[in-house]
Amino acid sequence: MNNDCILSVKELETTFTTDDGDIRVLDGISFDITKGKTVGIVGESGCGKSVTAASIMGLLPHPYGKITSGEINYKGTDLVKMLPEELYRTRGNEISMIFQDPMTALNPVHTVGKQLYEVFELHRPDLSTSEQKLAAIEMLKRVGIPAAEERINVYPHELSGGMRQRVMIAIALACEPEILIADEPTTALDVTVQAQILDLMANMQAQSNMAIILITHDMGVVAEVCDEVVVMYAGHVVEKTDVFTLFASPKHPYTQGLLQAIPRIDGIPKSTLGTIPGSVPNLREMPSGCRFRNRCQYQTEQCAKDAPQLASISENHAVSCFLVREEI
Amino acid sequence: MTKAILEVINLKQYYPLRGGLFSKTKYVYAVDDVSFSVKAGETLGLVGESGCGKSSLGRSLLKLLEPTSGQIIYNGQDITHFTPKQMVSLRKEMQIIFQDPMESLNSRHTVGSILEEPFEIHKIGTKKERQQKVRNLLIKVGLSASAAERYPHEFSGGQRQRIGIARAIALNPKLIICDEAVSALDVSVQSQIINLLIELQKTMNLALIFIAHDLSVVRHISDNIAVMYLGKVVEMSDTQSLFANPQHPYTRALIAAIPLPDPRLRGKRKLLKGDVPSPMSPPDGCHFASRCYLSTLKCTVSYPDLKMSSANHSVACHLAMEEAST
Repeated sequence: MNNDCILSVKELETTFTTDDGDIRVLDGISFDITKGKTVGIVGESGCGKSVTAASIMGLLPHPYGKITSGEINYKGTDLVKMLPEELYRTRGNEISMIFQDPMTALNPVHTVGKQLYEVFELHRPDLSTSEQKLAAIEMLKRVGIPAAEERINVYPHELSGGMRQRVMIAIALACEPEILIADEPTTALDVTVQAQILDLMANMQAQSNMAIILITHDMGVVAEVCDEVVVMYAGHVVEKTDVFTLFASPKHPYTQGLLQAIPRIDGIPKSTLGTIPGSVPNLREMPSGCRFRNRCQYQTEQCAKDAPQLASISENHAVSCFLVREEI
Repeated sequence: MTKAILEVINLKQYYPLRGGLFSKTKYVYAVDDVSFSVKAGETLGLVGESGCGKSSLGRSLLKLLEPTSGQIIYNGQDITHFTPKQMVSLRKEMQIIFQDPMESLNSRHTVGSILEEPFEIHKIGTKKERQQKVRNLLIKVGLSASAAERYPHEFSGGQRQRIGIARAIALNPKLIICDEAVSALDVSVQSQIINLLIELQKTMNLALIFIAHDLSVVRHISDNIAVMYLGKVVEMSDTQSLFANPQHPYTRALIAAIPLPDPRLRGKRKLLKGDVPSPMSPPDGCHFASRCYLSTLKCTVSYPDLKMSSANHSVACHLAMEEAST
């Protein structure tokens, strides 16, 4: 672990209680977040990306979702053991989050300004009302919203999707957090607007040296903005490395499959795309051993018997697959 | 040269907005003077940002909307003013696949009865023959025949999209419109569905109109691509020429905005400013002028017509035309 590590997730297990019994949605995941860097968490729907974010933020649905073991170390304190009041202060002030759909995350009956003032009321009680207004306008300007003085009085529905996401980012960054968790922040946006928002996030990061956890299923977005990548599958981390290594030499069959499935801009049109057969298994009916084995073309007998552990294959590259280790 | 299966000439689809008693009715110009043609066995990709009119276009082609003006010629027959009754027999040949199969499949019916419905409507075969047809369909789209007894919610998103495709190909159509058919799927499943569509197109000689916002997907599946902006086609070309030599600044910006799955290529791109203006009151002159980094005075005054810049490649931009003529 290096000195700049600001958040460290260790062997995190999150369980959801359902009518059919407990389901372990996250099964011992670990990763570190470094100051000023962007970590991408990728994987298909249902792999546990968003639950990871909710676990860090303490936003698991109460009382069904619970962290059952593991640690989330933020600057030396364990967020898992933190009291709700303390967590309340940390959230928003030091760790902040933006969501996929700003229309559901923003309150439709309050103006943009009101929603920004709320952040200041909670976390910066020292500011007077007029100072709050100035700070809010300043924040909207920083995220590139034109005519910020007027936009402070509009309601979310009066803004376009891209502008709404900018407002979300303004709210999230109002208290200059150390960590921003972005859960599919550009999935609902058009490509041109997506490029604008990714650019904005990179600029804000350069100004404040905050760490970003970017949750996405889009490998293109990962390649564009991430420094480190955590690939998740069915509640496990299956591969973890820096972005250049991941795209140059992906080791886990799942990562390889994900990358081959993307239609390339320089590929042969109408050629057969790579696929991963089947779909993500139901969390209640996980196969024994390696959770990916039923969709894996390299499956061996060992894969059904034992679950592979995440292990380093070189400095800063860890993979959880029996085959990769045999190769070495 | 094979004949076009679908030809669209100057199609307009306006949505009236209710004005006041004395004020003039305003319109949303969802599709504004669009022309193109599609041949059997070919795919036309329609791309553009949300609100550019691509879905409205898809719906008016099938006459799910009544076109405001223009002509839709299917197989040599002008269907623009066909009544719904006249359309029924044509529906066998023209089908649509939607983005969200959960919303387009009736959740109270089994997959078997959903897939049997097209045969029932068109009175094809006996009950037994129909059930056999359903089983064949399911196998054709990569599901097991036993899927017929289950309900849509028992399937994953990708499998549901396969059911949607099975329903669309049930009556051996000649043309299928895919409206964001793979947008809601995970990449690994998305590639399965794209492969399936390409394979079905080959075996059935299908014409596809593929509406999507993801340019790399559209590039992969299309023979020709039309780029739409605020209801108008701004550039149309065969796929290869469009990507090798994009001429409209909007097309260039769209291509540049695609995040490429290669970290070595990151950064260094021209960002498009602003959002799509409202289609209710599109700006005078070129609709794209307000966001264009090349716009000149001329662009804000007159709308550039779609003109051929080379064989198979047309573009609606004053500057691109000047470039081509010099």
